[in-house]
Amino acid sequence: MDTSKKAKEEYSKIVDELTPKSKILKDVFRSFVSGGLICVFGQFLKEFFLNGGFEKEEAALLVNMVFIGIAALLTGIGLYSKLGKFCGGGTIVPITGFANSMVSSSIEAKAEGWILGIGAAMFSIAGPVIVYGITSSMVVGFIYYFVK
Amino acid sequence: MSCKKIGQTLFFEKEINITSTSSFAGKKEGEGPLSKYFDFVSDDDMFGESTWEKAESKFVKLAFEKAVEKDGSKLSDLDYIVCGDLLNQCSGTVFGTRDMNVPYFGVYGACSTFGESITLGSILIECGCGKKILAGTSSHFCSAEKQFRFPLALGNQRPLSSTWTVTGSGAVILTENGKGPKIECITTGKIIDMGITDASNMGAAMAGAAVDTIVSHFKDTGRDLQYYDVVATGDLGYVGRDILIKYLEESGYKCGENLTDCGIEIFDREKQDTHSGGSGCACSAITYCGYFHKKLLDGDIKRLLIVPTGAMMSSTSGKQGESIPSIAYAISIERQ
Repeated sequence: MDTSKKAKEEYSKIVDELTPKSKILKDVFRSFVSGGLICVFGQFLKEFFLNGGFEKEEAALLVNMVFIGIAALLTGIGLYSKLGKFCGGGTIVPITGFANSMVSSSIEAKAEGWILGIGAAMFSIAGPVIVYGITSSMVVGFIYYFVK
Repeated sequence: MSCKKIGQTLFFEKEINITSTSSFAGKKEGEGPLSKYFDFVSDDDMFGESTWEKAESKFVKLAFEKAVEKDGSKLSDLDYIVCGDLLNQCSGTVFGTRDMNVPYFGVYGACSTFGESITLGSILIECGCGKKILAGTSSHFCSAEKQFRFPLALGNQRPLSSTWTVTGSGAVILTENGKGPKIECITTGKIIDMGITDASNMGAAMAGAAVDTIVSHFKDTGRDLQYYDVVATGDLGYVGRDILIKYLEESGYKCGENLTDCGIEIFDREKQDTHSGGSGCACSAITYCGYFHKKLLDGDIKRLLIVPTGAMMSSTSGKQGESIPSIAYAISIERQ
């Protein structure tokens, strides 16, 4: 097999031609609808808590708690991965996706124990989201402080 | 060693026969088209154990013992066990064989381990180092996903080019002057890296190695695809198979229906949602040990070229942006 740079470029082109592509329109549509429905449900919950006499900030926190609880439960009983296969980004982007990443990592690490297993692995996927979420919010915070 | 070596291909002087095989398969594999050919199908991928890794080792233990039992021999009759798997430090097969009390060689050829084990086992016999050798391997979908990819319960989507790691363990008993299909010659592959970095397109990463080994085999032996009743690659899947055909035809070798892939044979792509097909060490191992071996015994196939393929990346090399080096071993097996 010719492994020269030119042959590799040619190989890469052939691989691109012969590799089936994801159906982007279908995936985007499903993500949009499922993600949208999750947000609508969130709004419904928020209104429910506001009507129940909670303050605005408390209601928002309660919505997050309910979402995290549902996502963790669905992950634990093996339904979230099936849902994620269908919904794609729709179930990854909301806070449910964050909960799913932590719970799924924890389940797999259970065999390695509470400390070096679950404790260490829980943030293996969620960790980068937290690190770069906080870093970018600091950057935006600085800009806001000086520009305001 | 008295064997003849032409190019990369070893022709054995001694009569090396596969006198028995065993194939233990997981639940999903048992739901596939080859179900009836396996010696055992587990209805539980945990196999009654507390972890996937323990389950894989139990598959190994039972599959290896079954191969010895079907051979009508005992573990103490084995001169060596040559085996390996996908897990770090080959722990799947190490833990599975730790109570067997047989001299052991651990090998790593990623998903081509079955080919590498048979190659080294045959060379040991040819050299006169043994008369009865077990060559085997294992893989487990869950333990492999855990080591190389994402948690199983993560709600992500698998790309269409991805393959499904086969759960199971397969073993062959190689015997000098035994009764069964003969290892006629073996072409040892070189590491080939075509610059593919996408770990969810292993077929593309390995197809280059398969082309290289198969073309070398044909050049060394003066044969072509039509010489064999079946030429089966290990786990290129649909994507890799298409690339292989394109390159083989460009090299002047006409491809027909006798060219297949164990990853294509083992699952029903549509019903089982396995995308590009099956993969993993056990893919070529249980497909040969269950399906092709029986076809050879029954006389449906007289000459088989099985080409286990392996993608030799690590979970670290991928993160560091390295491309995926691959390998393939071509083993010519003839019905006696």
